[in-house]
Amino acid sequence: MEPIISIENVSYAYEGGEQDRVDALLDVNVRVDAGEFVAIIGHNGSGKSTLAKHMNAILLPTRGDVYVLGMNTRDRSKLWSIRQAVGMVFQNPDNQIVATTVEEDVAFGPENLGVPPDEIRRRVDEALALVDMTGYEQAAPHQLSGGQKQRVAIAGVIAMRPRCIVLDEATAMLDPVGRQEVLRTVRRLASEEGIAVVHITHFMSEAVLADRVIVMDDGRIALEGAPREVFSQPDVLRQLQLDVPQVTELALELARKGVRMPRTPLTVQELAADIHALLGGCAG
Amino acid sequence: MKVPSVVIGQYIPGDSLLHRLDPRTKILLALAMVVALFTVESPWSYLMLAVLVAAAVLSSRVPVKMVLRGLRPIAFILILTFVLHLFMDPGEELFTIWRLRATHEGLRIGLLTVVRLTLLIMATSLVTLTTSPIVFTDGLERLLNPLRIVGVPAHELAMMMTIALRFIPTLLEETDKIMKAQMARGADFESGGLVNRAKSMIPILVPLFVSAFRRADELAVAMEARCYRGGQGRTRLRQLRFGPADAVVAAATIVYLAAAVVVR
Repeated sequence: MEPIISIENVSYAYEGGEQDRVDALLDVNVRVDAGEFVAIIGHNGSGKSTLAKHMNAILLPTRGDVYVLGMNTRDRSKLWSIRQAVGMVFQNPDNQIVATTVEEDVAFGPENLGVPPDEIRRRVDEALALVDMTGYEQAAPHQLSGGQKQRVAIAGVIAMRPRCIVLDEATAMLDPVGRQEVLRTVRRLASEEGIAVVHITHFMSEAVLADRVIVMDDGRIALEGAPREVFSQPDVLRQLQLDVPQVTELALELARKGVRMPRTPLTVQELAADIHALLGGCAG
Repeated sequence: MKVPSVVIGQYIPGDSLLHRLDPRTKILLALAMVVALFTVESPWSYLMLAVLVAAAVLSSRVPVKMVLRGLRPIAFILILTFVLHLFMDPGEELFTIWRLRATHEGLRIGLLTVVRLTLLIMATSLVTLTTSPIVFTDGLERLLNPLRIVGVPAHELAMMMTIALRFIPTLLEETDKIMKAQMARGADFESGGLVNRAKSMIPILVPLFVSAFRRADELAVAMEARCYRGGQGRTRLRQLRFGPADAVVAAATIVYLAAAVVVR
């Protein structure tokens, strides 16, 4: 199967004169397949946001190539097909909503693609239903909460019928409730609609929900794998200036004290179940 | 000191005939009204036009107070115009104060000019009072569209208006936040003379501008990421349609305006 996004040996340097060249990416290889939920984590300046901006040709690699559905992002003639296929949701919810009402904003993308009005209407209603914002069509952006604004932004991307959505630290400015709303939405999109999701975040508890975690450090991929593999290496993560989720940390502390934990738990539910099983075993 | 609450434009929602008309009809008829106002001479014409505006205001069910509020900013101009006409126009003497000589002609022309300006403001503000800013922007874009060939950037103007409308509440909120932050650091916006107060605005305006530019930059990237490439080949969710009501109202108004222009 053709990958949705294929990043091949990509390096990127921010130009700032001869001496100030900053290498933000070094020889990075990433592949994103349909319906996959990939989390990219890393400390500030690790290159994770730069990587995200390569996925729909906002940035072009200094060396190497990025392919979206087989189209090279360097090919200017394919630019709009690439951006239609890979939508992007940014960090600040206020600075990406263009129109004065929710439905007009969701319609913005399809309008740019020249979709006929009846079809735009259908897509807007569909997209708002998918992000659970039906009934807010006429609301003004400043009346919405942060989580609602980000869901509108996601709807705006969905209405363009993309194959992949890249969330570039889209939860960074939200409160816990808003973050949960957004995550629930994108997970459903990945599992039910088959839309690949690339989630750039510095919240470990969000990375846990992904199918695959990529850990960036100094412009390189430092670790990659299923969340359980990645988070069972707390020492490596700490070296990369990252934490493990609190639950995992607790389980590892317990293990150090001699409690035999059956696995590396990633969520409160998992840990609770494990402890319950252990206690249940003791009490007979 | 508080930033005024958010009221964008002066649209008063409603369901009157005037509210339901296509924005283009309303804009064009308001223009026709302006043209008529500047061509008519006789008091009878003015009376007919005044009746038309009054009928429109009443039928729109917009509170008359709101329509008259549009006159407040030009009240001074109205008075000045009237006084200048009264005393400066040559003609038969009405009365004299000190060395100023008021004339009959001055009184007549002064009054008519005041009526003319009043009707003009009322007719045009009635358009914005009965049309939501979004629909108004749409109408304007479509009306200006034929002028593209002579270089009028219709789409860009409309996009600018939309973005401005979108960001006014956001920037007001931000102004409020910055003011509170500066007040928490001991800034004083209320005392002192005009110069001092203007100076105290600098610590608000600088961060506001910096953030507005950052917002503009991010918005531009976000718009491009959503395939925005100008007005070419763009479709719209909302379609404007001239209905039968538009045709009837437009025809009736034009006939009436024509009659008002020719009447002696």
